[in-house]
Amino acid sequence: MLSSIPPFVLFFVGALAVAFTKGTARKALLLAIPIVGGLNLWFGVEPGIHQQFEFLGYTLVPYRADKLSLLFGYLFHIAAFIGFVYALHLGDDAPEGSVAGDVGEEDVSGNARAGLQHVSAMLYAGSALGAVFAGDLITLFVFWELLALTSAFLVWARGSERSLEAGFRYLVIHVVSGVLLLSGALMIARETGSIEFGALAGADGAVGSLAAWLILASFGIKAGFPLVHNWITEAYPESTPTGTVFLSAFTTKVAVYALARGYAGTEILIYIGTLMTFFPIFYAVLENDLRRVLGYSMINQIGFMVAGIGIGSAMAVNGAVAHAFADVIFKGLLFMSMGAVLTMTGRTKGTDLGGLYKTMPKTAFLCIVGAMAISAFPLFSAFVTKSMIMVAAIEEHHYIVWLFMLFASAGVLEHAGIKIPFFAFFAHDSGIRAKEPPKNMLVAMSIGALLCVLIGVFPSQLYALLPMEMEYHAYDMRHVVTQLQLLCFGALGFITLMKTGVYPDEKRAVHVDAEWLYRKAGPWVVGTVGRLVGRADAYVRSSVLELVDSIMSGAARAHGPIGPLARSWPTGSMVLWVAILLAGYLLFYL
Amino acid sequence: MSHEHHDHAPQEPIGWMDKPDVVKRVFTVFYAICVVLFLAELVLMGTENAHPHPLEERMRYLVYPVFGFISFWFLVLVAKPMRGLLIRPEDYYDGGDDAE
Repeated sequence: MLSSIPPFVLFFVGALAVAFTKGTARKALLLAIPIVGGLNLWFGVEPGIHQQFEFLGYTLVPYRADKLSLLFGYLFHIAAFIGFVYALHLGDDAPEGSVAGDVGEEDVSGNARAGLQHVSAMLYAGSALGAVFAGDLITLFVFWELLALTSAFLVWARGSERSLEAGFRYLVIHVVSGVLLLSGALMIARETGSIEFGALAGADGAVGSLAAWLILASFGIKAGFPLVHNWITEAYPESTPTGTVFLSAFTTKVAVYALARGYAGTEILIYIGTLMTFFPIFYAVLENDLRRVLGYSMINQIGFMVAGIGIGSAMAVNGAVAHAFADVIFKGLLFMSMGAVLTMTGRTKGTDLGGLYKTMPKTAFLCIVGAMAISAFPLFSAFVTKSMIMVAAIEEHHYIVWLFMLFASAGVLEHAGIKIPFFAFFAHDSGIRAKEPPKNMLVAMSIGALLCVLIGVFPSQLYALLPMEMEYHAYDMRHVVTQLQLLCFGALGFITLMKTGVYPDEKRAVHVDAEWLYRKAGPWVVGTVGRLVGRADAYVRSSVLELVDSIMSGAARAHGPIGPLARSWPTGSMVLWVAILLAGYLLFYL
Repeated sequence: MSHEHHDHAPQEPIGWMDKPDVVKRVFTVFYAICVVLFLAELVLMGTENAHPHPLEERMRYLVYPVFGFISFWFLVLVAKPMRGLLIRPEDYYDGGDDAE
């Protein structure tokens, strides 16, 4: 029976139950819901349309399962489970051994808003499931907006002024994305009479209609395309340690799923994706906030997926979705490790951290596992997923793209593989003596780490779930050796950069990015235009008032007690004027 | 401060990075791995590529180690002048001015 109910329903009902429970009952619910939902999906759901109904002449399909949606369905259940294990301690006493209070971060975890975090995370995970199982564009739009709304609460849960502002900007950007999606969907409905969510772009690799462009823009905003990517780097670091773990798992991966379904083989995505792999790594070198570094890293990783979807071959699309699967786990692990650092120290900036391996060795180890996974070391997950996209780029003769990706792969090692663990746990000793995070956080990180290794060691299990038929063997001698060469000599480059003092110091600063447009330029333009309009308005008002004033005073002069028009006129002068007017009349008309 | 009040004050933890000989040994092992990987190219010459492609064949010899090493330097050498151009004070978006 459960198999015919859309997966999101369990999470939405579960969120209601979570809202009205506390303590052990709530914890049991938080863990049980993703487990029950996941097992049901794995054992009970076959590909096909499981729910549909007519509405205003259109067919709404709230529950359609195929290999692509099922893969993301499994992934989101795993991500939700890991996330809730990680967030299980919320509502308990402050973690023992935390020194976050030393820097004024008394409630860095948003403990006072534990219920809000649990409920909104449950609704958020449900919205992500609703989106990937939506068989039509209108249902997709509904969950698209729910994703935005529910996740914004995870940003606000931090309770700081910065998180409040970042959350509002985040929400506005995502609502705009939803509006674009709805506009495109309505145009498609009018043009074709159908709202089915299938391939949206033309078969020739071009985007095609205006509707397809609008929807691509909508998906692009959620995927963090260049110029609209800063919601990731802005909102994620402002959320709570646990909130960011959920945020990193769902929104962008729903966008990757939507792109894979709607725009596979769309050429422009190859170049957008390549740009996404490339530019964030420079920012990641400079950035001080390590969770913001991970935000840039996320854009970089999504870049590989977007490029793979753009290449469009079976290997490339499989590589993109497989990499999305691996990314949720290893990026989640990295965000969890930085969340643990934030929870226990109240800090996430490279300038403040260092030497934590002495008192947080388990967290350091688990972070390194995540770092090795994202860097694509053999036996770790990205090695068996990202390489599919790289091979597909070569097979489809995108050589320049491949070179950029190879460079970006070295960049991943630099910022996520080395910088994150090095500056947080090693580098100089900051003197911070925080203890390991609560056990549930360590368990969640261990599950993530284990999955990173399992996917890397047994890739065929993941490959069997991929949507397209293909044959690929990640492990051959050359691939292993060349990848190790790339990574180890890259690391050697890092050592030489450090030893020669060329590597830039971490600085307490921000680096201007596209967000400047709406955080500085936009307000400046609005402010300047407002001032100019204000001045023009004041000028017009004062001029008109002066004019009215002068007319009034002129009238007063003319009609006042001594004004000429107020005088009594003698009859003689009236006769004289009548005679003059008569003479004028005669002159013109006779 | 705690030293003044307690005879058994908690000792500062000493990690492996505080021991220069251990750090040196770690680096030595890492350099040895690099040398082995460098030499592995010779072994690779006799193997078949599971996913052969002309570009990789042409740029086969020592491409990956050289590319990896140079990429890091390129990345940092580009990022540093970028910082000069883009850096702003921490409160830049909270009402801070443009000057660093």
